[in-house]
Amino acid sequence: MHKLLAANPGQKMLLLGNEAIARGAIESGVAVATTYPGTPSSEISLNFFQISQESDLYFEYSTNEKVALEVAAAAANSGVRSMCVMKHVGMNVAADALMTLAYLGVKGGLVILTADDPFMFSSQNEQDNRYYSKLAGLPMLEPSSAQEAKDMVAFAFDLSEKLQQPVIYRTTTRINHSTEVVVLGDIQTPITQGDFIKDPFNYVTVPAVSRNLHVKLLEKLETAETISETSEYNFFSGDGPWGIVCNGVSYNYVSDAVKDLDIAHKVKIFRVGFSHPMPRVLIKDFLKECEKVLVVEEGEPFMEETIKAFAQEEGLTLPINGKRNDLFSRLYEYNPALVRQCLATYFDVTCKPAAGVNLSDVPEIPQRPPSLCAGCSHRATFYAVNKATEGMETICPTDIGCYTLGFMPPLSAGDFLICMGASVGTSCGFSKVTDKKVISFIGDSTFFHSGIPGLINAVFNNHNFTLVILDNGITAMTGHQHHPGVDMKALSMEGYAHVSIEEIVKAVGVPHVSVIRPYRVKKSIESIKEALNFKGVSVVISKEGCTLFAKALKKPRGRSFFVSEKCKDHRDCINELACPAFFIEDNRVKIDPALCSGCTVCAQICPEHAILPLKDDA
Amino acid sequence: MNPTRLIIVAVGGQGNLLASKVIGESALLADVPVRMSEIHGMAQRGGVVESSIVFGTARSTIISDGEADVLVGFEPSETLRALNKCNSNTVVITNLAPLPPFTVAVGSGIYPDLDVLQSLIKAKTANLIALDAEALAIEAGNVLSVNMVLLGALIQTGKIPLSSETVKEAIKTKTKKAFVELNLKAFELGFSAASQLG
Ligand code: SF4
Ligand code: SF4
Repeated sequence: MHKLLAANPGQKMLLLGNEAIARGAIESGVAVATTYPGTPSSEISLNFFQISQESDLYFEYSTNEKVALEVAAAAANSGVRSMCVMKHVGMNVAADALMTLAYLGVKGGLVILTADDPFMFSSQNEQDNRYYSKLAGLPMLEPSSAQEAKDMVAFAFDLSEKLQQPVIYRTTTRINHSTEVVVLGDIQTPITQGDFIKDPFNYVTVPAVSRNLHVKLLEKLETAETISETSEYNFFSGDGPWGIVCNGVSYNYVSDAVKDLDIAHKVKIFRVGFSHPMPRVLIKDFLKECEKVLVVEEGEPFMEETIKAFAQEEGLTLPINGKRNDLFSRLYEYNPALVRQCLATYFDVTCKPAAGVNLSDVPEIPQRPPSLCAGCSHRATFYAVNKATEGMETICPTDIGCYTLGFMPPLSAGDFLICMGASVGTSCGFSKVTDKKVISFIGDSTFFHSGIPGLINAVFNNHNFTLVILDNGITAMTGHQHHPGVDMKALSMEGYAHVSIEEIVKAVGVPHVSVIRPYRVKKSIESIKEALNFKGVSVVISKEGCTLFAKALKKPRGRSFFVSEKCKDHRDCINELACPAFFIEDNRVKIDPALCSGCTVCAQICPEHAILPLKDDA
Repeated sequence: MNPTRLIIVAVGGQGNLLASKVIGESALLADVPVRMSEIHGMAQRGGVVESSIVFGTARSTIISDGEADVLVGFEPSETLRALNKCNSNTVVITNLAPLPPFTVAVGSGIYPDLDVLQSLIKAKTANLIALDAEALAIEAGNVLSVNMVLLGALIQTGKIPLSSETVKEAIKTKTKKAFVELNLKAFELGFSAASQLG
């Protein structure tokens, strides 16, 4: 049985924040869960997926976050408890649905989880999604620990049903990826079957209906504020004259810093966990008892601005600060020492600086950037594209997935990246206004997510570029989740259909479509050249499974290769392909047989034919 | 209980997440407060994996520069890279078997000399325990048990509030059945190697 289902109430378990959240949802009787995978939220859905295999939970990897939210919104409006999980930028995709869903509200509880990523450990930006709660007028909760992350999910479902509104549940990477001991609660049996009662004058958002619904939304927001005033998740501690307002992980750093600086008797801490709407009365009362207030929050001055506005309403003039050149930044994530230092600066107490070591005589350590796996099919495709475009001036818009790593030298395949699906749309723009050859890259999952509308646009408006679809049959980057193009039968999973990328591309009218097998280097280069010569939209589908996934499935792999005596040390293999299975020993190129997946690409490109399969593959 | 702060750095695939898990489960068994955090984005694509483990009453799950009490490095150049987490009282345990990053193969970086690396760490920290964990792992029966060898060495130092018995109990209950014997052996080898060095 899944460990999150097997564990008993009252039991203590060591849980990752994301596991705690999944358990919280199970304890709350969640019946429908949807997502598009994205770090740092991925383990939540991974657990949902596993649990759905052995329980009544309906879970799906939807094609994108907007669809995921729509599925969940309908389930919730049929009275079924639902949860929709995404990374922060996914919320931008879902926002169209979100903004008007806020007008409609829900019947059964709906919790929308956004996992923000300060410092961008695995994201293209570090936007602060707390503003979505303001923009949509929805209540928002933010946990500070794994235990709270679990408990708050139950509160979120209750709150959602009480207000008949979706609730935004916001985490940051350090909540998702911290592990703590969590005490478990009871599991509620989910109600999986609902009903939708027709009520078009409250559900069909034509202008006349929406005008009324907006009034209701504001009323619900007012009710939410009164709940925020009494919520156990907004709490104080201490009674000194210096005020600190904090949320999420910042609360942990503040708690530790206050102890380290020995100022507990001088400060009052207000931890905000129900952070939209902010508890106006509580905060005002808090301000009245403080000489000065420091707001500690990663990201934007979301609370700081609100608190300053509250002070203005009360005519309070005490100093309130947070983001300031000598205090906190809007950049990156915080850490205990940084918060300690800022507290010391603001409240003018001494703080002994961190006792680091002198690093001036440490030699430069070679970088260890992540790279495409040994034998990754993307490397083979990029190599073929580089050969096919030799001597051409190109622009290569790329997209989001493992293959983004192809932008690094020596492959250098990738010039422009904004967001999911943008490779296709931006190709239209680049090809219109420049004379360069535009050749762009998108993965299979990303193509389904948001590449298709761009491609239709390209066909309709008769743009001129080549799109390479890197189809490795899985969503590799986030940990091998399935998508509509995955052959689910091959994974022994029942109840799914299969959507063919090739058929979609042909059906939308792309005039030049070819399919290549990237491990066949010569043929691939020829096909890509042909596609490049075509005037108009051409699509090359490069089909080869993800090597890492094949390994995980314990599929038989090819023989490992080795570099024979014939090697004349041109090093084309290293300089143009750079498979991480290569290494240099005694100034000779060698291949690590444990890493080599036997893709054969290096053997095909070696001008001396010096790279050969090992006879007896261990 | 005053906080003890432990950082573990490794290269993706070296199994440091399992080591952290065993440490966390041991703490749970022994009723020692523990909080951990890890950055494992892209770990499987050969990047660096860093875990921080905080024992005691602190609430934070991450460790600022200069504030680690113990640093365990699964790969020598990564140990050196993490020196920014250390101070003059830090105890450092490192594997000596290098896994040069690909940047070395393509000539955009030079792998540090192991002797220089050790004397640098020694000079800047309280104690360095350096061992060839890979050789010991192979001796235990599987090169993949480097994580358990280093865990053994870590526990031997007595720098974290966990006993050898508790950790062995966690290895028995929380690692895969088929590997328990091997893991215990690797743990013991690391433990005794560290006691000879210490
Ligand atoms: S996980 Fe798959 S797609 Fe990603 S780099 Fe590795 S082989 Fe390539
Ligand atoms: S065959 Fe060559 S390119 Fe392919 S994985 Fe092995 S070493 Fe790398």
